[in-house]
Amino acid sequence: MGNGNGKRVYIAGVAETPLGEVRDHSELSMVALAARQALAEAGMTLRDVDAIFVNYMGEEGSVQVGEYLGIRPRYADSSDLGGAAFEAFVHHAMVAISAGRCEVALVAFASLQRTRRGRRHVHPTDPLSLTAQFDNPYGPAMPISYYALIAARHMYQFGTTPEQLAEVAVAARRWAQLNPKAWARDPLSVDEVLSSKMVSDPLHRLDCCLITDGGGVVIVTNAARARNAAKRPIRVLGAGEGHTHWHVSQMPDLTVSPGVISSREAFGMAGITPAEVDVFEPYDAFTISVILHLEDLGFCKKGEGGAFVEGGRLGPGGGLPSMTSGGGLSYNHPGALGILLLVEAVRQLRGECGERQVPNAQIAVAHGMGGFFSVASTVVLARE
Amino acid sequence: MTYGDPITAPFWEAAARRRLLIQRCRDCGVHQFYPRPFCLKCQSELVEWVEAAGTATIYSLTTVRVAVSPEFHPPYRVAVVQLDEGPRMLTNIIGGECRIGERVRVQWKERPDAPPLPVFEPVVTEPGPP
Repeated sequence: MGNGNGKRVYIAGVAETPLGEVRDHSELSMVALAARQALAEAGMTLRDVDAIFVNYMGEEGSVQVGEYLGIRPRYADSSDLGGAAFEAFVHHAMVAISAGRCEVALVAFASLQRTRRGRRHVHPTDPLSLTAQFDNPYGPAMPISYYALIAARHMYQFGTTPEQLAEVAVAARRWAQLNPKAWARDPLSVDEVLSSKMVSDPLHRLDCCLITDGGGVVIVTNAARARNAAKRPIRVLGAGEGHTHWHVSQMPDLTVSPGVISSREAFGMAGITPAEVDVFEPYDAFTISVILHLEDLGFCKKGEGGAFVEGGRLGPGGGLPSMTSGGGLSYNHPGALGILLLVEAVRQLRGECGERQVPNAQIAVAHGMGGFFSVASTVVLARE
Repeated sequence: MTYGDPITAPFWEAAARRRLLIQRCRDCGVHQFYPRPFCLKCQSELVEWVEAAGTATIYSLTTVRVAVSPEFHPPYRVAVVQLDEGPRMLTNIIGGECRIGERVRVQWKERPDAPPLPVFEPVVTEPGPP
């Protein structure tokens, strides 16, 4: 197993920013706190960082974050790959580190979307954009209606049921009940999901993720630098990314996401199959998202995701522990969840997760998604 | 006054006359929407505007039940329809009940500050002779 070129790359530190409703910080100060914690795990300080990877941190994001943290990087990347940016950044950092262009990469994100009430339901766009001309006049709720169209097609084509979608939310909640940092920890049943308010058929309110403040930092580095880490470094075995469309009308098949591409790349590099994965951290912005991820990454066949999630398979004690923090559905969703998927995957592989720890976890997959199933990115991590 | 950008303007000029235009490639014959200065299928630049039949099949469908902005009054239906020529578009479904897989045809919705908008309504099967 390995990333193909023999140069080993590790995640040597992870941290969450303050989570939930954060009233005593700015996004930059949140990132600063998490960066210092993650670097402490790596046995490093901000002085060691020579590469910055951020998304949604303002215009010329890495430049702003670099100034705030006092970092003058020799490698930087503020690619906007939506919520999928962070797993893609691990991919980019892996390539850059392997090529010797940097040694210590800081991947960071923070958002105050809850306390700022910044969530928007329409595309804020230039009136000349294609979206303004051909999508916005029809009034889709952004982004929920796009996911609803995907869910409705999946149901039509494969017979997936609302109960099966609700099973995903219930599994996430059962994990959240084991995570003291989770936002939503009350018991949740399939019936309660189905009786919550319909937002855009077939998606109910409880088929949709939380809207919270939060974020995180991940430190990616080479084998030599990872050796001094205070905590166990976790190997990056493989990574991949892909995108297929921006407008849902242009999505080649509403039941297939670019996770097919990103997972083929990541699993191919890692030399593993889905059967070898102990912990799965899928980007669960909506219940339907997880069904597509399971199919597109090869945990089950296309169309069988609904049946796959039945019987608590994704929950505690299930066959494929998934969303083990409680996910975007019940733990935290700061608008771009991908960074927190990496944080949880690393902690599971280190064995730090207390009540929610998956026994003997050796291989974890974090799978990011952005846009409207537009962008996907997959990272395979392993305990050595 | 033109609406849209230089590549989409012909679509909106035709919409003002309630005609649904899409592009067709003169080399490979494939239709596409939204418009581009080349054929996505074969890369030819010989793309031309043609009038679509205006009939389509509902590919997916959702009912929006939340207030998106003051101009929209839920509930209303948003769909992806597949035109008989092949391309898909986002649209609204107006008129009677319908489901994914059912047939629809184009109608035009007047707008105060923009050209008419193509929306779709279910094709009502003509009752046969008694």
